Amino acid sequence: MQLIYEQSTPGRRGVKLPASDVPVAPSLPESLLRAERAGLAEVSELDLVRHFTNLSRRNFSVDTNFYPLGSCTMKYNAKVLENSANLFAPFHPMTALLPGGVELCQGTLGMLYDLGQLLADITGMDEVTTQPLAGAHGEMTGIMLIAAYHASRGNKAKKKYVVVPDSSHGTNPASAAIAGYEIITVPTAPYGDMDLELFKKAMTDEVAAVMMTCPNTLGLFNPHIKEISDIAHSHDALMYYDGANLNAIMGKVKPGDVGFDVIHVNLHKTFGTPHGGGGPGSGPVGVKSALIPFLPQPRIVMDDDGLLQLETTNQGTIGRTANFFGNFGVMAKAYAYIIMLGREGLIRVSEQAVLNANYIKERLKPYYDLPYDMTCMHECVFSASKQLAHGVHAIDIAKFLIDRGYHPPTVYFPMIVKEAIMIEPTETESKATMDAFIEVMIEAAREAELNPQALHDAPLTMPISRLDETKAAREQKVCCVG
Amino acid sequence: MATFFTKEHEWVTVTDGIGVVGISDHAAHELGDITFVELPKIGAAVTQFGLLGSIESVKAASDIFAPVSGKVVKVNDALDSAPEVVNESAEGAGWMAEIEIANESELKNLMTQGEYDDYLKTL
Amino acid sequence: MNDSHYCPHTPEEIAEMLSTIGVASVEELFAPIPTELRAKTFNLPAGMSEFETYGRMQELAGDNTPGMVNFIGGGFYDHIIPAVVDHLSGRAEFYTAYTPYQPECSQGTLQALFEYQTAICRLTGLDVSNASLYDGGTACAEAAMMALRVTGRNKILIDGSVSPFSRQVVKTYLFNLDVEIVEIDPLDGLLNRAELASLLDDSVAALLVQNPNFFGSIEDFTAVAGQVHGVGALLIGSVYPIALGILKTPGETGIDIAVGDGQSLGNPLSFGGPSFGFIAAKKTFIRNMPGRIVGETVDKNGTRGYVLTLQAREQHIKRHKATSNICSNQGLCALRGLIFLSAVGKEGLAELARLNRDKAEYAKARLAAIPGVTVLQVAPTFNEFTVSLPKDAAEVVAELLKAGIAAGVPLGQYYLGSENCLVVTVTEKRSKKEIDKFAEALQSELIAIHF
Repeated sequence: MQLIYEQSTPGRRGVKLPASDVPVAPSLPESLLRAERAGLAEVSELDLVRHFTNLSRRNFSVDTNFYPLGSCTMKYNAKVLENSANLFAPFHPMTALLPGGVELCQGTLGMLYDLGQLLADITGMDEVTTQPLAGAHGEMTGIMLIAAYHASRGNKAKKKYVVVPDSSHGTNPASAAIAGYEIITVPTAPYGDMDLELFKKAMTDEVAAVMMTCPNTLGLFNPHIKEISDIAHSHDALMYYDGANLNAIMGKVKPGDVGFDVIHVNLHKTFGTPHGGGGPGSGPVGVKSALIPFLPQPRIVMDDDGLLQLETTNQGTIGRTANFFGNFGVMAKAYAYIIMLGREGLIRVSEQAVLNANYIKERLKPYYDLPYDMTCMHECVFSASKQLAHGVHAIDIAKFLIDRGYHPPTVYFPMIVKEAIMIEPTETESKATMDAFIEVMIEAAREAELNPQALHDAPLTMPISRLDETKAAREQKVCCVG
Repeated sequence: MATFFTKEHEWVTVTDGIGVVGISDHAAHELGDITFVELPKIGAAVTQFGLLGSIESVKAASDIFAPVSGKVVKVNDALDSAPEVVNESAEGAGWMAEIEIANESELKNLMTQGEYDDYLKTL
Repeated sequence: MNDSHYCPHTPEEIAEMLSTIGVASVEELFAPIPTELRAKTFNLPAGMSEFETYGRMQELAGDNTPGMVNFIGGGFYDHIIPAVVDHLSGRAEFYTAYTPYQPECSQGTLQALFEYQTAICRLTGLDVSNASLYDGGTACAEAAMMALRVTGRNKILIDGSVSPFSRQVVKTYLFNLDVEIVEIDPLDGLLNRAELASLLDDSVAALLVQNPNFFGSIEDFTAVAGQVHGVGALLIGSVYPIALGILKTPGETGIDIAVGDGQSLGNPLSFGGPSFGFIAAKKTFIRNMPGRIVGETVDKNGTRGYVLTLQAREQHIKRHKATSNICSNQGLCALRGLIFLSAVGKEGLAELARLNRDKAEYAKARLAAIPGVTVLQVAPTFNEFTVSLPKDAAEVVAELLKAGIAAGVPLGQYYLGSENCLVVTVTEKRSKKEIDKFAEALQSELIAIHF
């Protein structure tokens, strides 16, 4: 397909701008002006509409395809959430920061406050900041809160390490590194969780935090979690909960009850807000009371009259992790989702997410190697090791699925499973959809034995076949020159 | 002239106190199509098994460790524009740096070609 | 209540699935969670229908005072959004997809991001752009961290006329690292160049400036770029994308890394987000860029296509050694930015920029004519300017809010000694009539005080 720039005709416009009703100002000095116009597209509105409509048709999406991308919780995104967020489009964030402004923003501040309360209940935390803009941003914020906590106790120099299991999301060590910590990685035991004995050996008083995903990226709930957090606490290390997999446990277990001190929640995973082709997400962070003094500012608090206020007098604060109040529009969708589903609805979400993952796991077990064969939570991780014997990699199976209209499961992660196929169906998929997917997965396994070349050649039905990623990385053509 | 290997799959060929360093054919094959080699700076002091540089392929990144301590005296600039040479000839034209070896006794910490071949069989 | 619209199984289907799994109940699947760890309470309210949910959201939106006439900016700006932006970005194939890990079934997102990166490069006059960051403030922080990596140094200088919010975000990002941050107090609302000269040495990784700055002043940083490069440091410029319709580009200025907030490009105010951050740089820094980058390549038949590239920089491969921890970005907002820029187009963006400036210059003249009101700037301005009032600007703003006018951002809370100063923003959306009304309201407010 042509690029939008390749469809340009000089002088053409996609929108008519308002006419000026004021005098033309004298021009700025030449030294402050750009020499040439920015080389943006010059197309009509219809050209623009056709271009982006046709582009959109080159995507798989939740609304068009089953999208069991493990670790990403690609559930259906209710349409009323979009309508709800649009209600808040006109409100300027600076209004709340003006003298007398909070009174004009009680609705938006109230929603953020309520969302914080609901998330605190779901996660078992005492207070939530809505400022972090995505999951990894929440992780970074959370680890900074932990750093500020240790610093306040005179332990800044002493606390040097953050412990992560080798099954963790890459964002965990990356976020801890930004917050100034070195990483200790603990291997996974044959039972599918962080090796408890090795963990004990790794723990010293120099550890600032332990970052865990629970259930972990293999989809397994760690039964030793309380013991792990007790050990961490005995070294004055705090427990960080990566909320990426919260969809499995709502109403069943609260991270705050099992010893976690800080949590981020991915609203775009668990709470039904769309993923936007890569974002925006939203990553509110919940903390236990000991960490409240360090929360980012401004902090939304309720005064004695029930009015929301912005508190900026917190001396211990880590400051500000984003310019305003977080991804408000995303939070409005998540808030609508939570109040719409309510207590029973969220419990059912987790139950059926877990049911669906176990169903797929059981049905595919005869055909694919299951390195950790036990009851899983919301996702299951197979390995294409059987198929590899025929020269077929997980990525080949992924490409075969594309030809059959399925977005592939996650195949590059977790790193600890060779040729991983990580399937997360989510609760919104019907049995019929999953059954059809299972049949295609079985067919892929059969093809791997009988006709591996067919898998190597896939996909054949897309506008493009497999791309030369090496060429892209070596040539680095990342914008259109001209 | 003799060639030695590390467990991290670097090699060093020693001639007159200068070690030519690169990654093994095995490592290059494991990484897949190499897209970038980060070379050390000339004059940099490196220590045995300490960081020397890094290497990237499409889906992996890996550190390169110095097989011997010493001073970097030459680097293979050609890899900047043609990292694929490492895939084509990891133990030849794909060399990465020359190190003026500080202490030849460190070579005893490395494997000979025969030992390395045996080591690869255990992986 | 029946949630089968989002959890579709019938009881019969559930029974069938349980039997396939070989358990008696769904509860049995939660057996790996020890009983003593189970949630003891779960106090969420009962759910409600879609209709009631929307009603509750309307109620909340109604609790905000509507219809404010905005003369406030401070990083978020009240600009027009062509209807096509909502319609095209609202296509579910875009907004219900995720990060394009599988390029063959994600060419829509990938090509759009490539076009976005192209737009950002052309707007900034720089060579490479990523596929978006979170917002303008975090983009400043990512650029600072990038400069620390590139130079191997550990000091960042920040012009005090950079947005106080962005400065705070940079400080927060770097607070637990071994990095020194030095803020340079502005002089006459501009970068204090004498002080900069005294601070520049070979320990400095970068200087962060903003153009136009928080007070609205436009500066030419070309000479500053030369000074900064003279000590081997980088110049980071936070820029306003609408202003780049006419203003000298970061590339022309010699800026090494340009960042900014893309809210103005087709994203609603939405109480502060989501918007997107952009980052563009000279080609030589590409391996130190944070976040996703889309690159062009070909498939095995030679057909042009797009992939995520240079992924070895990123957290999912390099973990703690990654250039950033960012994973999810603001892709959909960046797509809105691209659609906005493509709708407005090459000539249109310049026209829009001039329109902003014309309106602001008109407002500036109107306000300056009010007794006791003085325009503080000597430097030229774009669509924001700073006036000094004969009394505390915070009080004036609070009064005018009651009349439905958000008069501007009082500087006192961000700059000591600036209690009487007000930063006023005028975008293309403000009509002459609204500006006149604002000037009249301000005049009566000030007269009321005088008597």
